[in-house]
Amino acid sequence: MMQATQADAQEATPVDTIDLRREFESVEIAPVLEQLDRELVGLAPVKTRIREIASLLMMERIRRKMGLATTFPTLHMSFTGNPGTGKTTVAMRMAGILHRLGFVRRGHVISVTRDDLVGQYIGHTAPKTKEVLKKAMGGVLFIDEAYYLYRPENERDYGQESIEILLQIMESQREDLVVILAGYADRMEKFFQSNPGFRSRIAHHIDFPDYSEAELLTISEMMLEGQNYRFTPEARAAFEKYIVVRRTQPLFSNARSIRNALDRIRLRQANRLVSRLDRVLTSDDVMSIEASDVLASRVFAKSEVKSETKEEAQS
Amino acid sequence: MRVTQGCFSFLPDLTDDQITAQIQYCLEKGWAVNIEFTDDPHPRNTYWEMWGLPMFDLRDAAGIMRELAECRKIYGDRYIRISAFDSTHGWESIRLSFIVNRPKNEPGFRLDRQETVGRNQRYSTRSYAAERPEGERYS
Repeated sequence: MMQATQADAQEATPVDTIDLRREFESVEIAPVLEQLDRELVGLAPVKTRIREIASLLMMERIRRKMGLATTFPTLHMSFTGNPGTGKTTVAMRMAGILHRLGFVRRGHVISVTRDDLVGQYIGHTAPKTKEVLKKAMGGVLFIDEAYYLYRPENERDYGQESIEILLQIMESQREDLVVILAGYADRMEKFFQSNPGFRSRIAHHIDFPDYSEAELLTISEMMLEGQNYRFTPEARAAFEKYIVVRRTQPLFSNARSIRNALDRIRLRQANRLVSRLDRVLTSDDVMSIEASDVLASRVFAKSEVKSETKEEAQS
Repeated sequence: MRVTQGCFSFLPDLTDDQITAQIQYCLEKGWAVNIEFTDDPHPRNTYWEMWGLPMFDLRDAAGIMRELAECRKIYGDRYIRISAFDSTHGWESIRLSFIVNRPKNEPGFRLDRQETVGRNQRYSTRSYAAERPEGERYS
């Protein structure tokens, strides 16, 4: 069906008027955007940008129907932000949006990192990169931690070869492929500085902010709900404290850390339930997470040790 | 003489759009698409040279069309065909094969007759093009 609409857009005689509402409803973009709003907590600037891009593409589509569009718009994007801020999730949704609007033909996402693109010896990189590009044709190529492609400290690094092929395809086959680069903001900045070709070929730079504590709590509750668990009020309060403490500790990666924490909490909950065999479990018991499950976390132990040592130092 | 091997070979040559549509059909069926080329048009020459590896796990024909364009750049004076391999149990063979590129001038085949024991005749066909060494046959 997508092919048909695409062909229509290109071949049909230009029209003068277009019913915007009907057009908007016919591409069924609203549900995707609503889903994005509903399922992704926070990320207000990202959502605004995606709405803007969707509107732009919507207009582009109408312009094509009216015979006003001259070139295919550049759609390559760069997502920057700290780990666990939802870059991959948004990339998947982006593919859906682009597919509905007819700017990519299939709407699948191929997610790769340096390992998938760069070979180990001379002559290995080009076929590897081309293979990945072929798989991504008609969809979105998501390159996670893209800055690893370029290693300035090693001038014989094969990453450069991969970059050159990518740039060439990004330019010559814009209709067939959308490339999304993702990574931490500061490193991506350096990457773009040393590869100016990339910056000029990327139309949309989107920055993903860190989540606030309240947003992280909402996320954790949504995750638990999805797995049919829930916090007791005390556990909820304990987890609020957990988030505050965990955020100050090193290697905090936003939603991903929360997911891992919840996995460990479920582990402890299961262990607590199994440790007392002689009783009848209700579904409520199985679903609820108690404060003790949360408070047993290593995160609290560490922070207490720290504050104790501080007190000792003061006294 | 126009060589007729594989699908669609009695039709006029397929345009690139038509080739794209055929490849897309193969991909949607889950077949692995290959590009092969040769300059020996004899019908018993079954195994042609492969252009790269078979292309598994693709979703869109654009990547294959790009490979085909590259193959044409180098071997544009030879026969190039697209074949699609079905790996499902029970098939495990080529499901579709069609020529996508042919030399400008196809000189055709000569029929050789050989007298043999008794009054028997043996026949063999020989491509005029294949009389020259490989690589120089259509250039």
